[in-house]
Amino acid sequence: MDWEIVIGLEIHSQLATKAKIFSGASTTYGAAPNSQASLVDLGYPGVLPVLNAEAVTMAVKFGLATNCEIARRSVFARKNYFYPDLPKGYQISQYELPIVHGGRVDVVLEDGSTRTVEIVRAHLEEDAGKSLHEDFAGMSGIDLNRAGTGLLEIVSAPDLRSAAEAGAYMRKIHALVRYLEICDGNMQEGSFRCDANVSVRRRGEAKLGTRTELKNLNSFRFVEKAIEIEAARQIELIEGGGRVVQETRLFDPDREETRPMRSKEEANDYRYFPDPDLLPVTIDEQLIARVRASLPELPDQKRERFVRDYALPAYDAGVLTVERPLADYFETVAKATKATPKIAANWVMGELAGALNRDGLGVGAARVSAATLAALLDKITSGTISGKIAKEVFEALWSGEGTVDEIIEKRGLVQISDSASIDKLVAEVIAANAAQVEQFRAGKQQVLGFLVGQVMKASRGKANPQQVNDALRKQLGAA
Amino acid sequence: MHTRTLAQLAGDLRARRVSATELARHFLARIERCDETLNAFITVTAEQALAQAAAADRRLAKGEATLLTGIPLAHKDIFCTAGVKTSCGSRMLENFVAPYDATVVERLQNAGAVMLGKTNMDEFAMGSSNETSFYGPVRNPWNHALVPGGSSGGSAAAVAARLAPAATGTDTGGSIRQPAALSGITGIKPTYGRVSRYGMIAFASSLDQAGVLTQSAEDAALLLEAMAGFDERDSTSLDEPVPRYSQIVGEPWDDITIGVPESFFDQGLDADNAKALRAALAELEKLGAKLKSIELPNIHLSVPAYYVVAPAEASSNLSRFDGVRFGHRAELATGEDLTTFYMRNRGEGFGAEVKRRILTGTYVLSAGYFDAYYLQAQKVRKLISDDFTRAFREVDFVAGPTTPSPAFGLGQKTSDPIEMYLNDIYTIGANLAGLPAMSMPCGFVRDLPVGLQLVAPPLAEAQLLKVGHHFQQATDWHQRVPAS
Repeated sequence: MDWEIVIGLEIHSQLATKAKIFSGASTTYGAAPNSQASLVDLGYPGVLPVLNAEAVTMAVKFGLATNCEIARRSVFARKNYFYPDLPKGYQISQYELPIVHGGRVDVVLEDGSTRTVEIVRAHLEEDAGKSLHEDFAGMSGIDLNRAGTGLLEIVSAPDLRSAAEAGAYMRKIHALVRYLEICDGNMQEGSFRCDANVSVRRRGEAKLGTRTELKNLNSFRFVEKAIEIEAARQIELIEGGGRVVQETRLFDPDREETRPMRSKEEANDYRYFPDPDLLPVTIDEQLIARVRASLPELPDQKRERFVRDYALPAYDAGVLTVERPLADYFETVAKATKATPKIAANWVMGELAGALNRDGLGVGAARVSAATLAALLDKITSGTISGKIAKEVFEALWSGEGTVDEIIEKRGLVQISDSASIDKLVAEVIAANAAQVEQFRAGKQQVLGFLVGQVMKASRGKANPQQVNDALRKQLGAA
Repeated sequence: MHTRTLAQLAGDLRARRVSATELARHFLARIERCDETLNAFITVTAEQALAQAAAADRRLAKGEATLLTGIPLAHKDIFCTAGVKTSCGSRMLENFVAPYDATVVERLQNAGAVMLGKTNMDEFAMGSSNETSFYGPVRNPWNHALVPGGSSGGSAAAVAARLAPAATGTDTGGSIRQPAALSGITGIKPTYGRVSRYGMIAFASSLDQAGVLTQSAEDAALLLEAMAGFDERDSTSLDEPVPRYSQIVGEPWDDITIGVPESFFDQGLDADNAKALRAALAELEKLGAKLKSIELPNIHLSVPAYYVVAPAEASSNLSRFDGVRFGHRAELATGEDLTTFYMRNRGEGFGAEVKRRILTGTYVLSAGYFDAYYLQAQKVRKLISDDFTRAFREVDFVAGPTTPSPAFGLGQKTSDPIEMYLNDIYTIGANLAGLPAMSMPCGFVRDLPVGLQLVAPPLAEAQLLKVGHHFQQATDWHQRVPAS
């Protein structure tokens, strides 16, 4: 049977505001439990919420970047339910009138095709606190530091058709919110997480199947894995004559399964109604114009520009523009060096990304600056060192051994380019490898590579490879 | 000394005819003597009052007196007061000491007022007789067998019996005006948003408004001037300048037209009350006001609309009282689960009327009922508001009764919630429309005070108080004090 998987994501993106969305408390992560919860966050009697204007600006930014309609008037509503980490007994969210709705993003898939995903809505809300069930024997702890942190919940239409597409879409939104600087995107800390609505249907069927909601997926890998597992479960269930029940499920990455959440936590009538403590949010043209003017170049625009201005392959441009700091790094190198942009791109995606990855660093913490890398690439272009030697220099730079010139000088890495020295080295290699020379002359062309290697080895890698090649052919009479 | 108005006391203090400490001692002594019977106070803050009075005396001595320096006041126990129990009339908050001051408390304190204590009230301000208080009913100073009205019953009784020269209150459906009327004093509920709600424990957020219960309109002007104004901690507070109410009240009388909805004088109104009200309106006419018969076609829908909107908001506002972070927490046996924890905390912490309203509110917000009740009530609310807007194109004030009858007996209406709710039939409209409204004494029926209510357009508190002051210059109903 041929099945189609249908997925919609609800992404919770924690807003990078300094203060919480309705109280003045700090949003810094990792402080001592309950040390960053004000009376408003604690839901004390008599306190009132006051909207943080910065959160509104951030939502508008997102809306403009995703071609959404910006609601000139949106309304906060109360979502009522009881849970110890929800201090007021309701969450302030937006229900009928969200701040942003009706937009779309294009997601480039692995095969190079593009899928347009509709953004149904994005609304502002406050986060709940955290319940800590593990640390206290027989009891639960409540940490309300997170309570009241602003979230932008981004709801997609059920436009995604595979786990990989869902992953690509989530990465796309992740890149976008980081470009816009409205979310730090830190998934370990829960700043960027999502719920996935998953259903399956027989291919060609118009009607959507019954969906389940997978809660709190906090990595790209988990999203993909959870969807795959859940879709497989649903297919197996239906094929076995069963029916999918609409419910909320949790993904267990250790056991690689999804299982229903306790019904108590989901069977809620949230009794939404407009929050009488907050006025409707009104947004005028001026604010929209101001935010529009402040928008940075977005990933798609940057990718296209990299292809256009630097003649990069679309793939390279895509990789380089996923993160704004990486793109900026590349551009700095490309502009400063005499090497081609493609060579700059290769180095940024290769050596730099590799070193960052190995040391678990972000681009901002790179131990070789863009200006230094540009200087290094210049040495290749000028023929001072070979590409291979440059890699050695790069590692030395990364370890903090000095400047490009110092390292080349100290390690004696300057490329040997004078023909007399090279001719001498070549002559010695020919003399020492009579058997191979014989083979070459008998027509075995591949042996040339071996001989080049011997010369390079004799020069300790410093001989100009092209010149070695030429000299060998000449001396062997094959030129 | 205790029969002197705020305005007079402020003058006495400044002229050093009396010290703030003497005043505080005097009122504390009166509370000590009379409150065992009246039960107007939940907490008396004698020590704090004397400390504040001493500080006020030092300022007075240095000639640094501000508007209310040294003036003793009582606060309804719905306002959070730092370091002092703030119970909201509930068992739920019997152990709750607020960690901060409400804006109202803070502003009055900054103006120099001295807090005598916290007054009794219907539990979470839900009630019209002060009988739902966990701390026992308050007795009407005019007749101890009767209720003082509610929910600001403690404040009303305290001022009526002159245990405090004035008190703060809150009004969600009449909770300042109705007890003011039944206790023979002046009470004003300002425009919604005129006074900050920050620190005032919420009952129904879109209707709640803080105000004052005083001996006169002039006193109300003085207090309101110190309390009112924008507060960045309350998004619904109005960012409008505060007029000098205390000066404006004494300015000459304008040409005013008072609208009288004839439907207010229908069968629902006690005949003797009607007589007293007609006489008061005639007095206003004599003072130069024009009377005009008007209609508020949808006002009869105000009680049902209110008893959907207010419980809906209350059901959500009171969710925070779960016993997790503060408030009543039941003893729980090992192994009892979270739901039991909630049920016990709330089941024990809340009284019957509060539970009734939480249940009603939960019901009207539930899926499948929301449109029929909550949305419908909001539409009715708009119609009522529009009725007032239309009326204010023709008249400056709308006048009528504050209550259907004088004070009723303790226990007389407790068995029938609807009968109790109908006590607010004349007052609720102003809350639904967010309008300023005032009740002032306008006569006596069977030896009990009767209140006249005046409703004004948004932010017309100054005009309202001025009419009140001029009426009180010409009459002495407000100066009558119960015998004890």
